[in-house]
Amino acid sequence: MANNKYIRAILLLLSAAIYLYQPAYSQDDSDTPPLLTNVSASMLANTCSGCHGPGGRSLGPATPTISGMSPTFFIKQMEGYKSGKLPSTIMKRIVDGYTSAEIKQMAEFFSKQPFIAAKGQQSDKKLIPIGKKLHKKYCEKCHSKGGQSVEDDTGILTGQWKRYLETSMQDYISGERIATKKMQHKIEVLMKKKGINGLRALIDYYARPLPKKQEG
Amino acid sequence: MKTKQTRRQFLKGIGLVAATGLAGAPHIAFAGTKKVVIVGGGTSGATAARYLKLADSSIQITLIEVNKTYYTCYSSNEVLGGNRDIKNIQYGYDGLIKMGIKVVIDRVTTINPENRRVTVSNGDTFDYDRCIVAPGISFKYDKIEGYDEKVAEDIPHAWKAGPQTITLRKQLVAMKDGGTVVIAAPPNPYRCPPAPYERASQIANYLTREKPKSKIIISDAKPLFSAQAHFFRGWKKLYGYDTDNSMIEWRGEAGVISVDAAERSMEDDFGDVLKPDVLNIIPAQQAGKIAFDVGLTNADGWCPVKLDTFESTLHENIHVIGDASLATGLSKSGYAASTEAKVCAAAIAALLNDKEPGSPSFVNTCFSIIGTDYGVSIAAVYRLAKDKSRIVKVAGGLTPLDATDEQHRREVAYAHSWLNNITADAFGL
Repeated sequence: MANNKYIRAILLLLSAAIYLYQPAYSQDDSDTPPLLTNVSASMLANTCSGCHGPGGRSLGPATPTISGMSPTFFIKQMEGYKSGKLPSTIMKRIVDGYTSAEIKQMAEFFSKQPFIAAKGQQSDKKLIPIGKKLHKKYCEKCHSKGGQSVEDDTGILTGQWKRYLETSMQDYISGERIATKKMQHKIEVLMKKKGINGLRALIDYYARPLPKKQEG
Repeated sequence: MKTKQTRRQFLKGIGLVAATGLAGAPHIAFAGTKKVVIVGGGTSGATAARYLKLADSSIQITLIEVNKTYYTCYSSNEVLGGNRDIKNIQYGYDGLIKMGIKVVIDRVTTINPENRRVTVSNGDTFDYDRCIVAPGISFKYDKIEGYDEKVAEDIPHAWKAGPQTITLRKQLVAMKDGGTVVIAAPPNPYRCPPAPYERASQIANYLTREKPKSKIIISDAKPLFSAQAHFFRGWKKLYGYDTDNSMIEWRGEAGVISVDAAERSMEDDFGDVLKPDVLNIIPAQQAGKIAFDVGLTNADGWCPVKLDTFESTLHENIHVIGDASLATGLSKSGYAASTEAKVCAAAIAALLNDKEPGSPSFVNTCFSIIGTDYGVSIAAVYRLAKDKSRIVKVAGGLTPLDATDEQHRREVAYAHSWLNNITADAFGL
């Protein structure tokens, strides 16, 4: 009995070792049968809402809202994940499942969904005016209307989830995420002059309470 | 018979009673009403209801569910770990009712595929053009000698969240430091492949904090398990796995064969008898009971379906989604239930409007929270093979095995976001 048990345990370890050296999914490309194509925009986009919320409106706390986004920005982000330029935990694994044409369809779909600001975020009242000033100085040119513009083809900052803004900034600062030259420069100057407290004020400004009509 | 009343209430709800009254020919308006009855208000049933309403608001949707509220099985491991209040995973149906979906709290007794009629325990009937059956799972109690529904109240499976989750949590809280917990993990296929191991992790998280001398044994029916390397890595980092002092011991191919309810013990495949302080038996699984009653199941106890519409291959006009369906290529998870529901809802909306269903797209993402700041995920995107024989993965994978601490920390935050979003996507806001 006991001996038997050890032999089984060894066999088990061996099989486990073999298993672990296989790719997570055994399917390779040659095995892929012809697939149904011509998937509609809503069918594609609906697959996102499990993580990003109904219609792309995230209930947080970390996954960003993707509704109301500029289609140009959406495409840029998705292609960034695909190329690996844009770091992610999970998006790279998912985005490879969509063609560029499908990404475009999803971009159009989400751009037509209303952006609804994150609800109930904590924001330090004293930091908001400081953040506002910093925003004007460092960010407003490309994220206009106080970080609410879609026309800039950049990310909507005001009303976005704080945790997402924090991780994005963390990645920019560490250099893992590559910003445009201009943005990189602005971040460097901001961090040099105002440090982490400046960044905190900036993010608290984006998480500030908004007039009722902009909330969900 | 309540159908007339139902129609009236429904039309009244969307302000059409007066309008049809004015038109003077309500029966013509009624003749065109498309009716869908959804049996089961879990993740897939609720998601299908919502997405069907969004796709075509003229469809009269009735969702029938036996419980007033639903506890998600996903994230219930965090309740066991003392990291989440069970109220946090309890969802009601007000969000669906607000959208104009009729919600009936009762037990479905029969579904008659011939005259397309669903009957509930109080005798009320509901006619349908299309029926969605989303019954979740039931347990193969007969595979474990001495274990049944009654015993499970005391020696819980907790594989449907709710009262048994609370029972198991209480037993863990009552256990002395230095006690042993046994989790008997089920054979494939079952609801949520990584979940028994997330459960062990969450319990280890709790015990490390409160009762560090305790042990957890996973008595597994399988030789291998989902995301195994990832769990081993996490357990090594957090719970001393692979050391003499490991909190978790995993025993493969050592599934439970019998339970002695009086002794609170179990016997495994090796003939070893385990008598732990807390015993959690997760039996082999099959489709929910109603699927058997209606004749929707195959020999293995799951429901074969057409993969583009999720219509049963055994009964026309009845669709099966969620854990009960045999969605070849897709595993059984909360996200899979959600993605199946959306494909099914889009197909039914098309069919009821005399259109061809479109091409489906599927996603599945499962998070496992191994420790307070340590999450991992499996994610994949799928399409349907042209011959509709199987759902094919086109991209995906697991958290890299060399992921940084920061990445694992973020995965926890995304797991928590996922719970908020997938439930809003199912039960509404």
